[in-house]
Amino acid sequence: MSRRKIRFKINGVEKTVEVEPNKTLLWLIREELKLKGTKKACERGDCGLCTVLLNGEPVKSCLVLAVEVDGSDILTVEGLAKNGELAPIQRAFIEHGATQCGFCTPAFLIVGHWLINRNPNPSREEVVEAINGLLCRCTGYKPIIDAILEAAKYMRRT
Amino acid sequence: MFVNHEGGHYLEALKYVGKSITRIDAVEKVLGIAEYASDIELPGMLYAKLLLSPYAHAKIISINYEKALRVPGVVSVAVGDDFPFRVGLYVNDRNILARKKVRWVGEPVAAVVAEDLEAAEEAVELIEVEYEPLPAVLDVREALKPGAPLVHEELGEYAHSPAFNPIAGTNIANRFTLKKGNIVEGFNKSEVVVENEFYMPQVSHVQMETHVCIGHYMADGNIKIWTSAQSPFTVRYILSHSIGVPLHRISVYVPYVGGGFGGKAGINFEPLVVLLSKKAGYRPVKLELTREEHFLAAPLRQGFYAKIKTGVTKDGKIMAEKIFYAFDAGAYADYGVNVARAAGYSCTGPYYVPNIEAESLAVYTNHQWGTAFRGFGHFEFLWAIERQMEIVASKLGIDPVEFRLKNALLPGLTTATGEVLREDAGRVDQCIEAVAKELRWGELTPTNDPKKVRAKGIAALWKAPAMPPNAASSAIIKFNEDGTVLLSVGVTEIGQGTVTSLAQIAAEELGVPIEKIRVVPFRHTDLTPYSWQTVASRNLFMEGRAVIRAARDAKEQILEIASQVLRAPKDDLIIKDEKVWVKGRPEWSLHLKDIVAGYVYPNGNTIGGPIIGRGYFVGTRLSYLDPETGQGYPALKWTFGAQGVEIELDLETGEVKVLKLVSAFDVGKAINPMLVIGQIIGGGIQSLSLGMWEQYVYDDKGRMLNPNLTDYKIARAGDIPEEIIPIIIENPQSDGPYGARGVAELSMLSVPAAIANAIFHATGVNINDLPLTYENIWKALNKKR
Repeated sequence: MSRRKIRFKINGVEKTVEVEPNKTLLWLIREELKLKGTKKACERGDCGLCTVLLNGEPVKSCLVLAVEVDGSDILTVEGLAKNGELAPIQRAFIEHGATQCGFCTPAFLIVGHWLINRNPNPSREEVVEAINGLLCRCTGYKPIIDAILEAAKYMRRT
Repeated sequence: MFVNHEGGHYLEALKYVGKSITRIDAVEKVLGIAEYASDIELPGMLYAKLLLSPYAHAKIISINYEKALRVPGVVSVAVGDDFPFRVGLYVNDRNILARKKVRWVGEPVAAVVAEDLEAAEEAVELIEVEYEPLPAVLDVREALKPGAPLVHEELGEYAHSPAFNPIAGTNIANRFTLKKGNIVEGFNKSEVVVENEFYMPQVSHVQMETHVCIGHYMADGNIKIWTSAQSPFTVRYILSHSIGVPLHRISVYVPYVGGGFGGKAGINFEPLVVLLSKKAGYRPVKLELTREEHFLAAPLRQGFYAKIKTGVTKDGKIMAEKIFYAFDAGAYADYGVNVARAAGYSCTGPYYVPNIEAESLAVYTNHQWGTAFRGFGHFEFLWAIERQMEIVASKLGIDPVEFRLKNALLPGLTTATGEVLREDAGRVDQCIEAVAKELRWGELTPTNDPKKVRAKGIAALWKAPAMPPNAASSAIIKFNEDGTVLLSVGVTEIGQGTVTSLAQIAAEELGVPIEKIRVVPFRHTDLTPYSWQTVASRNLFMEGRAVIRAARDAKEQILEIASQVLRAPKDDLIIKDEKVWVKGRPEWSLHLKDIVAGYVYPNGNTIGGPIIGRGYFVGTRLSYLDPETGQGYPALKWTFGAQGVEIELDLETGEVKVLKLVSAFDVGKAINPMLVIGQIIGGGIQSLSLGMWEQYVYDDKGRMLNPNLTDYKIARAGDIPEEIIPIIIENPQSDGPYGARGVAELSMLSVPAAIANAIFHATGVNINDLPLTYENIWKALNKKR
């Protein structure tokens, strides 16, 4: 299959890679760029665990083709902490016990981070709506909802 | 808390135990750098893809993989006869790849190994298999009938653990029987007798991480495995047994596990990748199941059928119970035989029943194979028992909470196996009362909508670890030269958080700040101290005791050295705040860091050496059970609890919404309340999800119709109750670490029964088959109309 050259920015770093047109963004992130924080769990858009921000909006990276991200800006879990400092959403997840096995955590962090940056004062319902496309089998979601609400408070304080 | 678990007294309050310290693995996990098996890549690694059976039961006539071998990048193709080994935790009944015949739709028949996954995927489609379909047995009761097709004709030849009883010439993989008291007399003394049947479908663990493993059979005969397994030592042991390679030549590495829930206990796909590696020229081979393969080929929770006959007096005392449980073990029962056994010895639920006759069977069918799943045996039988309790109470006209309390299994009474419940056992009555109080039992909430009703339901629960009497745990505490500590334990981190609690226990015992203790974050059988398995809510209790012993062993070594340096007897020394002191003389002290690698006198003379503490723990006086009567001591500890719900039910549509979920457990001592609450909430929602939505839907040929997360629904954030109330009750158990008992599995045992009991209160309709989908509820309500 003929490869196509794409350029994009991921976690603030410019990248140029050649990809086959049938590869997904999830493949690009995990297999080509070796950023293993983004998880693969169904590859058909059901579980949402591969969610990343594409130009500031959450997408399920298993449903996006790699060639589509040419010229885009991508944020994955590895880009949340800045200069060795955890992002508010990461701190809140730790404080509220919102991570157990941790496999879904990167996706919930990304969506939580997106929500509180767009809406620093979300209601509980808005949090639930934002994360309703993501699956977690360990926590029962309540600690995750509480953590996102708490992270929004941290954001408002700073 | 000032009293320690040995009855001694602490001079001051506990510093770490009992505190909600954040998880020690949380930072790694929020940074996205926590390592899982799927993240691991090795030089020269090959990829495996499985060909799954399209038939529930069929003879394999021939397999032709010539075309597959010609696909560029394909290194090797393997079929069942290439690997003539059987594996199993308790019964060696499982093939590496199907041999002679297939036993469920989804059984791996062949495997392709290739340089990349695409080549393997392309090649697997080109394998041609000729099958001769056989009559399949797709119902657990059908499987028990004389003349039913046999799933395992060779059952009599399989090696098995002495605790199990497979019956050759039948589909019974294990028959457990129990007799207590005199069942005939018991029913004679009963004034009301109630008999009911109950059912539960097969369900999936749906761990977010599917099964992933890498096997490397090396040219020198050593074997390395990297796997998403719960129990590295059990993987090593069973593999060793099955293929005849001694334990010291096998290394199993387990990083963080992305959810286990029992499904990654025992041994799963590890033997396959190891043998594929050998066949593919001693290169490492990785197998990562897709979600669909996970649904079709990975082990699941067994289906369940129950028939219970209960005899009671008019004033509500249970006199006798005749119990029949049949578990749909599916095609293989390597681990699954213990599900029926565990349900058998706990069969009454947390109630005192003087006269019991019970039979609990693990039954082969041509369904997918079953294994352990969080609270195995108990989630199933408690669905039946707690529904039965409700129905009996209603027949007697007694409040169901009162009926449960009247028959509660309290310290001093005997369990079904004849065990006298220890005096410091947990208290189910207190759990039931706490849930009833929080639910405001007896108060009814009216609704404005005449089509909707509100109601409450309660169900109690109990469980002990289902494990062999010799299941062991151990711990190693190594001091580093700077006085920091490495704690090494065999319990894997599968999300439950036990290692955080163990770090707290170590900090408490050693007098070292928790920040200076690191728990080794991976398990490697070459380096890690032994642990039988990470299962059964056994590890906080057992590893906890092992850590205490390891800490005391390390302290003893430290005091030995300090006693010489400080010229004071050992029993006049204490270890506190990273120092050894002469009691009452804080000015006569030594820093731990100056002792833990050997103490050096000013002239260079050195005494002592690196401090390594070790400890182990096995259950006290646990026994095998009598093969006929089931009497004996199976339980390391019993954890008791109760769960209750308030629901709103739409009488027209069958739509049910759980408004409030309350759970109470007697955990003895919450070493880390935040972690305990995390288990209670998470397990509660998992239980609600299983009870309301989840099931393997099969067609009449035994094909699963919903192998994806659209059609197999699990709870989402929008599905959880508005109010979720966890209640921790602490009646410490003297042989538990700081009095603690396990809680992880308990958290998910009784929500479905509580919901169905509430529906019964709302409508008078008994639903005895899971799941409680709106459709099933609507059908049940309509049947009544």
